[in-house]
Amino acid sequence: MSTVIATDPGAGHLAPPAHRTITMAHGGGGRAMRDLVADLFLPAFDNPALAVLEDQAQLDPGGLAVPGARLAFTTDGFVVRPLVFPGGDIGKLAVCGTVNDLAVGGATPLALSCAVVIEEGFDLVLLAGIVASMRAAAAEAGVSIVTGDTKVVERGAADGLFITTAGVGVVAPGVALSAAAARPGDAVLVNGPLGDHGATILVARGDLALETELQSDCRPLNGLMQALLRAAPGTRCARDATRGGVAAVLNEIAGSASVGIRLVEETVPVRPAVRGVCEILGLDPLHLANEGTAVAIVPADEAGAALAAWRAHPYGAGARIIGSVAEAPRGRVTLRTSLGGERLLDLPLGDPLPRIC
Amino acid sequence: MCLGVPARIVAIADAGRMLAVADILGVRREVNISCIADPDAPLTDEIGRWVLVHVGFAVSRVDEAEAQATLDMLHQIGEAEGERGHLRASLLA
Amino acid sequence: MKFVDEFRDPAQVRALLARIGRLVDRIGGTRDRPVTIMEICGGHTHAIFRFGLHRLTPEGLEFVHGPGCPVCVLPMARVDDCVELAQRPGVLLTTFGDAVRVPGTRGSLLQAKADGADVRIVYSPLDALELARRTPGREVVFFALGFETTMPATAAAVLQAEREGIANFTLFCNHITVPPPLRALLQDPDMRLDGFVGPGHVSMVIGTEPYRFIAEEFHRPVVVSGFEPADLLQSVAMVLEQIAQGRAAVENQYARVVRPEGNPRALALMDRVFEPRDRFEWRGLGEIDSSGMRMRERYAAFDAERKFGVGYGAGRARPAPESDGCRCGDVVKGAMKPPACPLFGTACTPQSPVGALMVSSEGSCAAYHQYAGLREAAE
Repeated sequence: MSTVIATDPGAGHLAPPAHRTITMAHGGGGRAMRDLVADLFLPAFDNPALAVLEDQAQLDPGGLAVPGARLAFTTDGFVVRPLVFPGGDIGKLAVCGTVNDLAVGGATPLALSCAVVIEEGFDLVLLAGIVASMRAAAAEAGVSIVTGDTKVVERGAADGLFITTAGVGVVAPGVALSAAAARPGDAVLVNGPLGDHGATILVARGDLALETELQSDCRPLNGLMQALLRAAPGTRCARDATRGGVAAVLNEIAGSASVGIRLVEETVPVRPAVRGVCEILGLDPLHLANEGTAVAIVPADEAGAALAAWRAHPYGAGARIIGSVAEAPRGRVTLRTSLGGERLLDLPLGDPLPRIC
Repeated sequence: MCLGVPARIVAIADAGRMLAVADILGVRREVNISCIADPDAPLTDEIGRWVLVHVGFAVSRVDEAEAQATLDMLHQIGEAEGERGHLRASLLA
Repeated sequence: MKFVDEFRDPAQVRALLARIGRLVDRIGGTRDRPVTIMEICGGHTHAIFRFGLHRLTPEGLEFVHGPGCPVCVLPMARVDDCVELAQRPGVLLTTFGDAVRVPGTRGSLLQAKADGADVRIVYSPLDALELARRTPGREVVFFALGFETTMPATAAAVLQAEREGIANFTLFCNHITVPPPLRALLQDPDMRLDGFVGPGHVSMVIGTEPYRFIAEEFHRPVVVSGFEPADLLQSVAMVLEQIAQGRAAVENQYARVVRPEGNPRALALMDRVFEPRDRFEWRGLGEIDSSGMRMRERYAAFDAERKFGVGYGAGRARPAPESDGCRCGDVVKGAMKPPACPLFGTACTPQSPVGALMVSSEGSCAAYHQYAGLREAAE
């Protein structure tokens, strides 16, 4: 990964001053598209599997050759408004999201694909910036983007840029994380404060005219997950708490394992500004999206080791045990409030909407 | 549900439109202060004061002395009930 | 968080619960014949469930969740009118997030948006005005709803539009007032409420005087309350103390925010722009005299009803059809608990609400559905 991409539109034939935007020609399969791929994507994602430009990437099976190892495979589509937000952009999100989906299954991510749908008229400099952040996120996660596709659609047929990534990873023999495995007595861990991404996006859209210094928590979690599995090999399962937040993830786990999950409100980590956004808009941080925050269910006797391992990791400094698994109420998540009251923590209805009047 | 949040005025954004910047746990938002600003004093006097914000309007001042009075009363209830609980516990013993 | 966290102290809450327990015993409230207190405001309902207070108070005390959720009590016909407005060419409809999921007979604003209407969520009516300023080619309609707390803000937006000569900004006014439905409830022969926790944020605008009739004519205590757990429980204790002493008065627990006279400048703004309608339809409660507000003739240019000829402005006063079996009216009156309604949790859920009280999470049915049900789940 030594090639530096040209982000200066005047620096090469990619984007002379007169052609700073994507045109239909960039999706036409001809020279313009080849130039776009060759000048923008190839140098950024630079790796041997991609460089041969075949219709498919061919990967060294590596860890898969070990008996008992399994292939993990996932895909995710990314749409976000705005495309660039404090702490990340759609490119970083597209890499981290798929890496995290692999990582929380206990897989070591190997390779990603990247398909982009670009709206005619899209700014090339912005695209180059987004591709650069994909490259940086992939480098941090230690994965290669080995195959891809570029499509251009007419103005109005897409909202700027959509990215779909798929990823493969290897699950080592003996690692079998499953939400159905949660057992009464287990501890519920999170690796840091909740709702940073959701609150950041709400604010970044600008419709609510709020200002904060918040940043998205968008980050790859594979290193954190490997640290967890080393320290707490009995870990039952982990989930990436994206849309619907921690509340949605825990409801899924409670349902799959037919157990109750009981949270303790004062242990749930939330940054002051996220709390501020929630107080102003009548939202619950447990319902806000995260993009670098995982929930793990760990047997009680390994909870201390798991917590210590996460806290020793740069992305787990704010890790907390926020509750435990119980027999009942089956399939439900409850929250013990700081006052000793208790309430159900349900799935959010949809996107969190401000409730103010 | 008439959601209202206590906020501190940290700046005046647009004196003509009576807009100030309010801060709530580090979250800032322009709010209209025409209903609470003192008409006989410069708007900048509002900086540092606490207001109750609803849908972008400062609808009331938050009165620190009254807040303290309520807390004092709660404290007294706490003490009174604490003593009662103690008495009841000693009767049971 | 200053002025918030101090009023969430568990030690205070424990002491207040002890006091409430003693007062309920003294009054003689039991599980079968509880003392019933209505918290009027949806914000209080939300706080009771959010903090699990209903699980901490004694069995001899029952909260009845009042009509103070402006979204819940909005009749379907008004939502239909709003959807119709949103679908007009050139209209950009703005509103609070609360309003977009409320179902009318032909779907919600969220569905209208999916079908092509331009519906935007704003935090403040001033943001809607800003949109009008920035998009002079569009008719920006603000779907204004809320009680007296919200009215000064929408009134100020209209006055600002007038001052700046912004001609593409209108309100679709659905503002309602708190005292008239309380009178209607108190006049209902089925009414069995022993006292009221009054709405803190409505009262910072209107003051405490408008509740005097509750104490004087109907002999029920009212305590205007803040929204934190200690505020609410202290207010409940104050109501119970009045009942125990055989008194009925209007008291103010939320003195840090509420002045007895309210906010005269906010009241003046409201009065300049709005006037009471003769009647207004409330979901579940029917038509209530002088309970809704409309824009004064002087501001007709900023009134979406007049400008676009919809709703009451069109001379239509369609009765809002209540769905068969819906018992919202009884729940609001305190005559029935949400789970006793035959539709609760089956035909009527937060995902597809039938009745008004399932619509917003501070509607009592939705609050029950979302936060309560623990006992049933455990059994």
